[in-house]
Amino acid sequence: MADPAITEIENEIRNNKIMIYMKGTPSFPQCGFSAATIEVFEELGHPFGSADVLSQPAKRDAIKRYSNWPTIPQVYVDGKFIGGCDIVREMHARGELKKLVDASFAA
Amino acid sequence: MNPDEIRQSLASAFPDAEIRAEDSTGGGDHFAVHITSASFAGCSLVERHQMVYRALGTLMPRIHALQLKTDAPGE
Repeated sequence: MADPAITEIENEIRNNKIMIYMKGTPSFPQCGFSAATIEVFEELGHPFGSADVLSQPAKRDAIKRYSNWPTIPQVYVDGKFIGGCDIVREMHARGELKKLVDASFAA
Repeated sequence: MNPDEIRQSLASAFPDAEIRAEDSTGGGDHFAVHITSASFAGCSLVERHQMVYRALGTLMPRIHALQLKTDAPGE
């Protein structure tokens, strides 16, 4: 049987054009890297979903396996893994992230 | 952990690379790493970071936070 945490992740990334797995919540991030990631997406101005992995240990473990990525935060756009904090900031600085999410919301 | 351990493990995986590794807090578990290597050419940022995580292998669980910048020569 499928891992329920993986099934939940699949639903979340399907139902949110932008989905962010983070430590804490957008209002109260519990880690500087999660906070910096949220800051970028708030600046971009599109709605996004988020999940707090600190309050959901099974999901914290599952999301790392799902993307084969060892760290949190993790960002998904249109169901595709985009990267963690450093990649988000780098893409944002190059203007690539805005293009990507604008295109997603224009679709 | 000492940033030299990180540098050595990356140098064996990316022999051509220019590697800067710093302990960002002085606590031995938060690091900032900048790698410039030809092996990154043509790879996405996700692929590059995954290559670095793979190269760090058994060091990864001892690293609490890793700030990563990956460039191919000329970028």
